[in-house]
Amino acid sequence: MDKNRKVHQFKNPVLNWIEFRLPIISYFKKEYGDYPMPKNCNYFWSFGALATITLVTMIVSGIFLAMNYTPHTDMAFDSVERIMRDVNYGWLMRYIHSNGAAFFFIIVYIHIVRAMYFGSYKYPRELNWILGVFIFLLMMATSFLGYTLPWGQMSYWGATVITNLFSAIPFIGEGLKTWLLGDYNVGNATLNRFFALHYVLPFVIFGVVGLHVAAVHVHGSNNPDGIDIKTNNDSVNFFPYMLIKDTVAMCAFGVAISAVIFFGPNLMAEVDNYIPADPLVTPAHIVPNWYLAPFYAILRAVPDKLGGVLLMFGAIVILFVLPWLDRSKVRSCNYRPIYKWFMMGFFVNFFALGYVGMLPAEGLYLLIARVGLLYYFGFFFIITPFVGWIEKPSKLPLSISDVYAKSITPNIGGGEKGIPSPAMQKDTNL
Amino acid sequence: MAKKPKNKRRDFLQLSTVTLGAVGTAAFIWPFLKSMSPAEDTLAAGSTEVDISAIEEGQSITIKWRGKPVFIKKRTKDEIDAAKMVQASDLRDPQDDADRVQKEEWLVLVGVCTHLGCVPLGQKVSDMKGEYDGWYCPCHGSHYDTSGRIRKGPAPKNLDVPPYTFLNDNTIKIG
Repeated sequence: MDKNRKVHQFKNPVLNWIEFRLPIISYFKKEYGDYPMPKNCNYFWSFGALATITLVTMIVSGIFLAMNYTPHTDMAFDSVERIMRDVNYGWLMRYIHSNGAAFFFIIVYIHIVRAMYFGSYKYPRELNWILGVFIFLLMMATSFLGYTLPWGQMSYWGATVITNLFSAIPFIGEGLKTWLLGDYNVGNATLNRFFALHYVLPFVIFGVVGLHVAAVHVHGSNNPDGIDIKTNNDSVNFFPYMLIKDTVAMCAFGVAISAVIFFGPNLMAEVDNYIPADPLVTPAHIVPNWYLAPFYAILRAVPDKLGGVLLMFGAIVILFVLPWLDRSKVRSCNYRPIYKWFMMGFFVNFFALGYVGMLPAEGLYLLIARVGLLYYFGFFFIITPFVGWIEKPSKLPLSISDVYAKSITPNIGGGEKGIPSPAMQKDTNL
Repeated sequence: MAKKPKNKRRDFLQLSTVTLGAVGTAAFIWPFLKSMSPAEDTLAAGSTEVDISAIEEGQSITIKWRGKPVFIKKRTKDEIDAAKMVQASDLRDPQDDADRVQKEEWLVLVGVCTHLGCVPLGQKVSDMKGEYDGWYCPCHGSHYDTSGRIRKGPAPKNLDVPPYTFLNDNTIKIG
């Protein structure tokens, strides 16, 4: 035991008693109180907090749904209908959970877009990015498992198609698929284990989110200009400034999700999933959830089973190495005049892939999917390394305060350089 | 530089302990992994007997065997000829029609697309049958011929033929 450990002193003796035994109070004060946020962070930086809030909402609503759900092929569909009709506020729990999943992906996609555009994945936050991609993978797995549970037609056939992806692996594929399913086709053994895993994975996600947040707090958050905090003038404390800002974002998010839950709860649902699962009849169009559709489009764009599966998983795995494909030291695309447009093209392309992923794979849609596939991988393997090499970035500001000095000084005339408005000034900055 | 005997002894103890520990852990994990494989009752799902006397020429029925759909089709003369005409070597999964049937008018198939496991269309008169007049999988557009062989689309293999025997002229035992 380190006898020289300096114990943080608080006014409240109860806090002191706890702090002496477990320094959790000073930890929270450091990480969520005094934690310096770059003062130029815009609302894009609220989506991490929104994602955390959504994760907690999903876990809570999920636990209450599980109290009334039966994971058996004969009873699952009816137990969900019972939740909708007979359980008090069951409809609300279910609509929060089903639409919450969709909103979780919207938020996380915006969070990823922000990280890519402003170069948050670059040194020294590479591990943070890797943990984030890992969370994204876990989220996709969890949402797939959860989508199986209502045991409708889309649940059943979605599970069939996705688990069959594994059978594409040479030699061990069929055996692996059977092992995953616990049967030769999707059945009761499958539903049981999918329920068990769907229950536990969110807690795993919660743990990785903890690491993800801890990792970003080591070097601090990135910002729209992609430059480091140099002096106290460049930052504001998390409490109260960012907490209040995140709360405003949360209110806006609450309005958006409530509008869907109460006025269009099935907007993002598939009609076929209100038909009980039938192993003998495949729906005419198997449609994935929209948030997985871009990857589904990649799968279908390839006229070869193994090739399609490899490229689909490759499209996610490639994200892990993005920090090493991008050779440019400039983080923010705001200062990268060429790469900026390719980056925006990537987002549009991803959206287009998602759009055609929901439509039948034929004719023009198939062509769009193939062009989209080429751009997706071309962006990572060719554009990103090459542009980083030839591009001449614009001049970066000297500091975060400097950004404001430039934009404010001409208007107010002769204002002191680098001094932010009093409201933005750090209260500890004496 | 040779180590002293004392160190060698310690190294050996350390290595053997770690090895035994690793083997023990692996042995402990095995039952958990194995428990996810199909259980005994699932494996014993067994066989199904089907009365085929009511099936007319050109008709096809779907029955359930081990949770999967099985197609039993009484083929017409034209369909049999079309299946026989094809050179096996031209196919993606080369197989002669004669190797896929026991009696040439009766075609028995597992009705699961070998791409990603959907049930192909083609059992009903009104269904799309694809470009080769057999079956067509709506999920990702695989076309099968009148012998259930893959002709076009992403599927890698022909539709499976399940193990079956004719108990008499009117009854097939599948499995």
